[in-house]
Amino acid sequence: MSTTIATRDKAPRRRGDVIFAGIARGAGIAILVALAGVALFLTLEGFPALGASGAALDGAANFLDYVWPLVFGTLLAAILALLIATPLAIGVALVIAFYTPRRISGVVGYMIDLLAAVPSVVYGLWGIAFLGPQLKPLYQWLEEYLGFLPFFAGPASSTGRTILTASIVLAIMVLPIITAISREIFTQTPQLHMEAAMALGATRWEMIKLSVFPYARSGMVSATMLGLGRALGETMAVAMVLSASGVVTFNLISSTNPSTIAANIALNFPEATGLKVNALIASGLVLFVITFAVNFAARAIVARTERERS
Amino acid sequence: MATITPTPPTPTRSSMHLKTPSLPRWAPLLVIAIAVAASAMLGLLLGWGPVGIAVVAVVLYLVGVPLWSRLVEDGRRAKDRMMTGLVWTAFVLALIPLVTLIWKVVAEGLPQINAEFLTYSMRNVIGDQQGGIYHAIMGTLLVTAWAAIISIPVGIFCGIYLVEYGKTSRLARWITFLVDVMTGIPSIVAGLFAYALFVLFFGEGVRMGFGGSVALSLLMIPIVVRSTEEMLKLVPDELREASYALGVPKWRTVSKVVLPTAMSGIITGVTLAVARIIGETAPLLIIAGKTDGLNMNMFSEPVTTLPVFIYFSYTQPGLPPEAGQARAWGAALVLIVIVMALNLGARAIGKFFAPKKGR
Repeated sequence: MSTTIATRDKAPRRRGDVIFAGIARGAGIAILVALAGVALFLTLEGFPALGASGAALDGAANFLDYVWPLVFGTLLAAILALLIATPLAIGVALVIAFYTPRRISGVVGYMIDLLAAVPSVVYGLWGIAFLGPQLKPLYQWLEEYLGFLPFFAGPASSTGRTILTASIVLAIMVLPIITAISREIFTQTPQLHMEAAMALGATRWEMIKLSVFPYARSGMVSATMLGLGRALGETMAVAMVLSASGVVTFNLISSTNPSTIAANIALNFPEATGLKVNALIASGLVLFVITFAVNFAARAIVARTERERS
Repeated sequence: MATITPTPPTPTRSSMHLKTPSLPRWAPLLVIAIAVAASAMLGLLLGWGPVGIAVVAVVLYLVGVPLWSRLVEDGRRAKDRMMTGLVWTAFVLALIPLVTLIWKVVAEGLPQINAEFLTYSMRNVIGDQQGGIYHAIMGTLLVTAWAAIISIPVGIFCGIYLVEYGKTSRLARWITFLVDVMTGIPSIVAGLFAYALFVLFFGEGVRMGFGGSVALSLLMIPIVVRSTEEMLKLVPDELREASYALGVPKWRTVSKVVLPTAMSGIITGVTLAVARIIGETAPLLIIAGKTDGLNMNMFSEPVTTLPVFIYFSYTQPGLPPEAGQARAWGAALVLIVIVMALNLGARAIGKFFAPKKGR
């Protein structure tokens, strides 16, 4: 018995097979090399900025002072965007998975996917020309009645191009990502769990709360984190919508706003020369490390859940 | 022991609840009608805008239905009805941006579209003379084509490696994981990477179309790998085994049996990937740059692409600003049409070439 298996293992390898397998393997390794190359080249070109000061860093004393307000703005905009997008996205995913008949849910899902297809620069146009002016009265109202909160201290922006507007645009852009992943996980909920809940007399909401959410919890967390990764790195919409002045503030509706790393690069790179380029690349490296860590964690959660389920 | 036990009262028809009381099917519709009417009346009297009226109508509905349900049914169903209302509200809220965005782009962009707009470049166009976006359209097509030329072979071969060769090896698991992580790389970081790479060869301030293609392919490869992988996994093992049984070598099996079977899905995935990167702005802003004229040479000098044209035309419109901003809207409409056409095309390909059942 064992001899037949051994001879099959030693079947002669054809040259075509070796070449083809080599190409396939090479393509896989090329991707790893590209990813390593991103980190390597950004470090190479960003390194000189660590010793810089003054004009190249917009007057900041050292690189940390330069990058800290940008990191703050990036995190603030992304977290605000998630606060808006996550409940909406989970609601939309629930509608598609449980509240519409199967015939319609495909079309409905496609409409949400179209949101993801719109280029970011068009969102930027829409944010400046439509959303900002529409939100202006809301900001005035917030300043008037909720001005005692530090978030709405004002004075309200006259253009509507505030960090809150930028976050709303970001929220619209990450919503399809969170929706798509949550929907996928909701529809994987074991049919028996749902039917058992219904058989005990649960209403539809109780069924979702008792059988769907416990099953989908880790998936929802990682969907949110993937959305966070997208919101952190989104460039053009923020660069166009936000009128940034690089301050650190929690005031969400005024005309002086913190900038984000990505928007700062997009706004300054075309005209930058010398050390300024290195400083921008170094800030890009910071952004890369942050998003890489967020995505890494999100994917690790997904992978762990999949291993537990299989 | 034989005491007389009082006979239990015979249940009357009214006390025998076989069915708990519930709201009629049309109840939510009625509440919607009442909420809209009431809020519209109040709004017209007090002078709110349409947005104010809509917000009040939604709030009235979200309060009204659970209240009625609580009176007639019970607390649990009231909660269920409220959550149904909330979930649908979230859905409508999510669709508002899509509708207003498409309406705005069409309304502002359509008047700009004419033959000259599509066939002229911006070279020597001053003020509000008729300019065009021909150079940007060609730039976008060429940069995207080069990105596709790089990404499609690498992506498909990587997918083949993961499904046909690597399977559960340590290398394959790492590649799968890192490809997933790679889908999250910010596009501007991809642009900076291309710049940092090309600056080593061409010196400071390098701008060229091919650099943009390299940056875009960094964003496109993971999408192609993922869709190829998914599609190859769907190919039944019986097909592979039948081919091996005929003595066909593995590489011929993969290229003549497995790939053709999965081809429609792979083409769909590639088209969606192209649709995703054709609208990218940030990396092209960094490395491809901007110019007013047509540049078909991808290996030297800046190339304007549609998204970058939109960005500069709107934020630095020149004088008078209306002319430049109008061109930005026109270009945005063209870009959206291209992206939507690619999306619909991808779905059509998937449907059209899908392996027919019962063949």
